[in-house]
Amino acid sequence: MILNRKDVLGLEDLEAEEILSILDMSERFRAVFDRPVRGVPIMRGRTVVNLFHEPSTRTRISFELAEKRLSADIINFQAASSSLRKGETLRDTAENLQAMRIDMLVVRHASAGAAHYLARVLKCSVINAGDGAHEHPTQGLLDIMTMRQRLGDLRGKKVTIIGDIAHSRVARSNIWGLTKLGAEVTLCGPPTMVPGGIDRLGVTVEYDLRRAVAQADVLNVLRIQLERHESKSFPSNREYHKLFGITEDVVRGLKPEAFVMHPGPMNRDVEIASEVADGPRQVILDQVANGVAVRMALIYLLSGGDPGALAGGDAE
Amino acid sequence: MSFQAKAVIMNGKEMARAIKRMAHEVVEAHKGTDDLVLIGIQRRGVPLAKMMRAAIKQVEEIELPLGSVDITFYRDDLSTLGPNPKVAKTEIPFDVNDKTVILVDDVLFTGRTVRAAMEEIMDWGRPRAIRLVVLIDRGHRELPIRPDYVGKNVPTSQREIIEVRVTDLDNKEEVVIGEVNGDDPQS
Repeated sequence: MILNRKDVLGLEDLEAEEILSILDMSERFRAVFDRPVRGVPIMRGRTVVNLFHEPSTRTRISFELAEKRLSADIINFQAASSSLRKGETLRDTAENLQAMRIDMLVVRHASAGAAHYLARVLKCSVINAGDGAHEHPTQGLLDIMTMRQRLGDLRGKKVTIIGDIAHSRVARSNIWGLTKLGAEVTLCGPPTMVPGGIDRLGVTVEYDLRRAVAQADVLNVLRIQLERHESKSFPSNREYHKLFGITEDVVRGLKPEAFVMHPGPMNRDVEIASEVADGPRQVILDQVANGVAVRMALIYLLSGGDPGALAGGDAE
Repeated sequence: MSFQAKAVIMNGKEMARAIKRMAHEVVEAHKGTDDLVLIGIQRRGVPLAKMMRAAIKQVEEIELPLGSVDITFYRDDLSTLGPNPKVAKTEIPFDVNDKTVILVDDVLFTGRTVRAAMEEIMDWGRPRAIRLVVLIDRGHRELPIRPDYVGKNVPTSQREIIEVRVTDLDNKEEVVIGEVNGDDPQS
């Protein structure tokens, strides 16, 4: 099926079927990376603007690489060096970009809802590259892609997400996507970091780390956002590590096939021990490679003309 | 929109004969099979390329390397057709540099698919030459592309559709000409 929508703002609004077709397409793009030329010409002549209003290395580079590998023209727009600094509103900036005839806007912003707002006021496609603590759909998709590569169908598979659930857009996108695909999601973290009532999203909350991971097929370890914790939600990094850090000892208690994921950037020896981060049970670099493929698939699938014309099949 | 068959223009036996003849022609023109490789265009070019390989093996007792290309990401009509959600595999499990590529497709029409396939193959290396084998040439070219080996020339109108059916995908072997009721002609 085709992605019949203008924007991708979160996994909350995607149907399970749409998620699966994005993942299938992502596998096709992943295969392109093994070719001598790691790109394809399909997006020639399209312009994509990356509007990053918040620092990001991995996501920005990954989007940029995805766009280049699709042969799109790209413009990078960093808040720090732009007129946003001179007091221009987000809307004015975006409308100026649109007046220059761009086809797609990728937006990262510290405020939840920023991408939704731009999607409403702009005619071009908008992809949310992270909005505040709300959603980070491409991270959610690449996490799910990585899980599906190892576990196959995710129905009934047990995923434990550990860490600062309250501040994590990655957690929210994971929860929406995974529950739609039928996975059983358990959240684990200090009570100060797990929002009350989150079980309404169809997840289980477990405050004891050992119990939370014992039956898990995969652990998704969130980054402790030290920069957001000036009024600390936990006493010290050492204490966090002791109670919720994924150490060799925790890993020894996992099911033999279970594996560990982390969206990066890692705080080594806070949420994840260095030995685990470099060890045989993690798939962190697979996540990074899958991220480029997922973003290529999403950009490609959103670049539709008239989807009705596709019914013609694979003739000639 | 539905396809209405008007006539069978080739049955399984005639298809097999045409492929066998083209296999002989390819081997004769290249004085053997040295540095020849086969690449089928997804989807129906791939089973036809397999049939070519079997036919060449019967004559020369050599199994040629076989690959496939899916041209979706090399199309020139994203703006009119939009993204294609069904993408098959491109697999070229050999080095194409300095090889003579025998490119196989079922129906040659506008030539745009072949153009895209050549561009894709060129991204894998620099073949010495690319030769084109098609089971059916139905005319109406939009690009300067000419097949080297043709199973059957079939004059058609723009509105007509040619369907090649192969055992792997359709459980039978035949070529059918028909028309589409509705708006969209064969792309």
